[in-house]
Amino acid sequence: MLQGWVIVVVSFAYLGTLFAIASYGDRRAERGRSIIANPYTYALSLAVYCTTWTFYGSVGRAASSGIGFLPVYLGPTLMVALWWYVMRKIIRISKAQRITSIADFVASRYGKSQLLGGLVTIIAVVGVIPYIALQLKAISGGFTILQHYPIIVMPAKAAAVPMLGDSALYVAAVLAAFTVLFGTRHLDATERHEGLVAAIAFESIVKLVAFLAVGAFVTFGVYDGFADIFARAGKVPELRALMTVPGGGGGYGTWAFLTFLSMLSILFLPRQFQISVVENVDEDHIEKATWLFPLYLLLINVFVLPVALGGLMLFSAGGVEADYFVLTVPMAEQAEGLTLLAFLGGLSAGSGMVIVETIALSTMACNDLVMPVLLRLSALGINDRRDLSGLLITIRRLAIAAILLLAYVYFRVAGEAYALVSIGLISFAAVAQFAPAILGGLYWRGATRAGAVAGLVGGFAIWIYTLLLPSFARSGWLPASFLTDGPLGIGLLRPHQLFGLAGLDDISHGVLWSMLFNGALFVGVSLIGHASPAETTQAALFVDVFQHTQGIERARLVRGSASVQELLPLVGRFLGPERAREAFAAFARRRGVPAPEALPADAGLVQFAETQLAGAIGGASARVVVASVVQEEPPGLDEVMDILDEASQVRAYSRELEQKSRQLEEATAGLRAANERLQELDRMKDDFMSTVTHELRTPLTSIRAFSEILLEDPHVEVAQRKVFLSIIVKETERLTRLINQMLDMAKIESGNAEWRAAELDLREVIAEAAAATSQLFSEARVTLTQALGEAAPRVMADRDRLMQVFINLLSNAVKFCEPGRGRVEIRLSAAGGQARVDVGDNGPGIPPEHHETIFEKFRQGGDSATGKPRGTGLGLPISRRIIEHFGGRLWVESVPGQGATFSFILPMEPAAAAPAGGQVRAV
Amino acid sequence: MARHILIIDDEPNIVLSLEFLMRREGFEVAVAGDGEAALRAMSERPPDLVILDVMMPKLNGFEVCQRIRAEPALRGVRVLMLTAKGRETEMKKGLELGADAYVTKPFSTRDLVTEVHHLLEGRA
Repeated sequence: MLQGWVIVVVSFAYLGTLFAIASYGDRRAERGRSIIANPYTYALSLAVYCTTWTFYGSVGRAASSGIGFLPVYLGPTLMVALWWYVMRKIIRISKAQRITSIADFVASRYGKSQLLGGLVTIIAVVGVIPYIALQLKAISGGFTILQHYPIIVMPAKAAAVPMLGDSALYVAAVLAAFTVLFGTRHLDATERHEGLVAAIAFESIVKLVAFLAVGAFVTFGVYDGFADIFARAGKVPELRALMTVPGGGGGYGTWAFLTFLSMLSILFLPRQFQISVVENVDEDHIEKATWLFPLYLLLINVFVLPVALGGLMLFSAGGVEADYFVLTVPMAEQAEGLTLLAFLGGLSAGSGMVIVETIALSTMACNDLVMPVLLRLSALGINDRRDLSGLLITIRRLAIAAILLLAYVYFRVAGEAYALVSIGLISFAAVAQFAPAILGGLYWRGATRAGAVAGLVGGFAIWIYTLLLPSFARSGWLPASFLTDGPLGIGLLRPHQLFGLAGLDDISHGVLWSMLFNGALFVGVSLIGHASPAETTQAALFVDVFQHTQGIERARLVRGSASVQELLPLVGRFLGPERAREAFAAFARRRGVPAPEALPADAGLVQFAETQLAGAIGGASARVVVASVVQEEPPGLDEVMDILDEASQVRAYSRELEQKSRQLEEATAGLRAANERLQELDRMKDDFMSTVTHELRTPLTSIRAFSEILLEDPHVEVAQRKVFLSIIVKETERLTRLINQMLDMAKIESGNAEWRAAELDLREVIAEAAAATSQLFSEARVTLTQALGEAAPRVMADRDRLMQVFINLLSNAVKFCEPGRGRVEIRLSAAGGQARVDVGDNGPGIPPEHHETIFEKFRQGGDSATGKPRGTGLGLPISRRIIEHFGGRLWVESVPGQGATFSFILPMEPAAAAPAGGQVRAV
Repeated sequence: MARHILIIDDEPNIVLSLEFLMRREGFEVAVAGDGEAALRAMSERPPDLVILDVMMPKLNGFEVCQRIRAEPALRGVRVLMLTAKGRETEMKKGLELGADAYVTKPFSTRDLVTEVHHLLEGRA
């Protein structure tokens, strides 16, 4: 019934359906109504992770190692939980940098390095080819089995059939053709394939439904539910072992390694990068995918053990490969439709993987391997060709064919030596080599290009040596002694026990050594070396992507400019003139310019052109191409920082200068003011000095004159002589007093005077002062009366200083009083917390214009009768300073002809004032 | 006829010494305590010479000197400035205002007497 042609027709019908879905998706996308712009499609398309390895291989692995198939799904489940942090960052960077592949990503991170791009591409192609071979093997194996329906015949060894009779070759060819149709219909700057994603999502549904159908059939049709299968299997000792983790460290160690490997694979497999990053429409879709994708993994694994156990029990005689239980169990039960569905499920799993993987690889091969070489070979005249878009597409198509051909070759050479899962794991180990460079590059600014190259080369070399070469050895391409004795018989270098490390399975062993070398070289070389400016720029853009991007715009670090007339043809050569013109027109519209020709020739335009090209030929190549027109290298971050730094230094410097000049102006103004003040002071000092000299010379004049008179004339009458001598004595006293007071004043003014404040009873001080001046009063025949009242105000002051004030005021009063008729009254009162002292006399009084000047130095009031000043002219100024020092005030009230009253107030000590004032105050 | 000398100063002790000195030389001596009093005294009786203090209440010495030089009736009066202000500028100012001599306090009695004689004799 299921003849070959039926299977072929159904297969092509299925692929045709896929193509129809893809075309529909593309058309919808062109009309702006995307059918993939939802998290469900995104999550389903992510399930491209589940290949024939999952579809067929999981059961196979479960049949040999029980739950050992699980780590490959636990890893992604764990990693997906971290996606919000890791994947979102990768997506954000990739959108900002127009990254089209994982090779592009690594190259861009390390300063748009063509070397790294090429290296990653080579690793990816070499590493993933076994994986693609696996799909070919599975699909063709499934086809072969189905062909013999209902007789269960295992596919013959590939090597045993002639190549032209090998279905795998045709599978490869068909898939190549289909991939070319899918992936390279046109060049797109973003390298996104909406229709493809829709088709892949559909394939995910098909394979899930197919597997669930087979699982349900086996579990509930062939057997009587899960309990039945597990109960029956539990009775067979070999089967019971499958349900537990094998004992010993090896079992769990292998689990850990496989989980680790698959965690990295879900990130770094080129097709996963393509689907999860490049084809991502909205980074928020990650959020739902974080649980939808693990759910998918769970569903597709639910029936793995039942099918494996069921198959093993069904074919207990052996001879049937567990890898194909999904097909053979329904066949054995004669379930024709289900068998066909299972085959379609396998086809969908395999084709989905092959299509996406080869598109991703061909993009990388074209952009990061072929184009850089072609661009360098100017002899080919590439730079002179007007339209390169055709060439680009051709390169990609050839790359797809070449990759599938290589995969087929690998399948022929080594495919038979391993089970499906083991082949897949070799690929996993290869792409795991990207982990240090990418994860390190995402979070460690110090990661350098040299470090990434060293890590990748080292890790990849170990991978080749411990995993790839052994697979050749097993298939007979290399002598078996290579494995058993090591190269040239050096035991330490045995690929599966490198440096004597034994006890691990092949995969874990290879992963351990390759990742160890890779990581150590990456970190070590990064630490030793220095990053170039271009690397530092990119490092910052990657590591701090969330600070750099609000949306898609990249930090504008491109310097230099080029005109539209130069850039449009350049971009046109790679994208096709039409497409380039559309892109430039759209860009012009965004910038509010009517036509592309009117676009200003600035850095923004160069940036735009570069990102357009980056989509077509990769970031590294785009940079080279654009630089050929712009002639100016993009400045490195260092350089930019230097410029900024310099600018800010200059700014700071000029700010400083401004500040300095302002300060200078202020200082100048200050100096001018100070100078004026000094001149003023100088003038005042001059006046003061002149006054002082006058005050000093005057008594000196008398002293000298009378001394000379007395010296020259011994015959001066005794009475006169006495008068003269007493004048000399008086003038000498006056001189002494003057000098003392001048020193006193100087001390007070300079702040060097000593003040000994103590609580004083003013009545006591007044009594003392009265006693001290009693001689003066009696000599001048002036009466002193005291009206001290009942209050005994206490003040805080220096007793000696206060005495000085009292004596000064009293002696002044005496001086200006008429002898005999003079009367001086001293009054003491207290009010409002202040003690007040008045010293009144009945002398000539002081004219109002002098009420203030008499308190200035050497401005003593003259005797209006003789016009002759009496005293030093410092007594009142000193008294006023003393009173003011203790918080009081000294002034004079006088009406000429009616005497003068000098008054001062001092603040009372509150605590002491209360009892004296008879008032009780609460303290 | 004895020469008439007017002493103009507000310092009583200095006046006393000057009075004593001039009388001892045989001059007729009058005293004024300030500039106004001096001008009044001079208008009553022009002296042959005034000993003029600069720092005085009311009219100071410079003003008095100016008045003397501005008053034709006092043309012959010799002016001897006697001041405690010994600065160069003040001395110059006094001489420019028409003072005949400028003596700073404290003075040597002998020098002063010599100067007075010199001024009076130079008058011819």
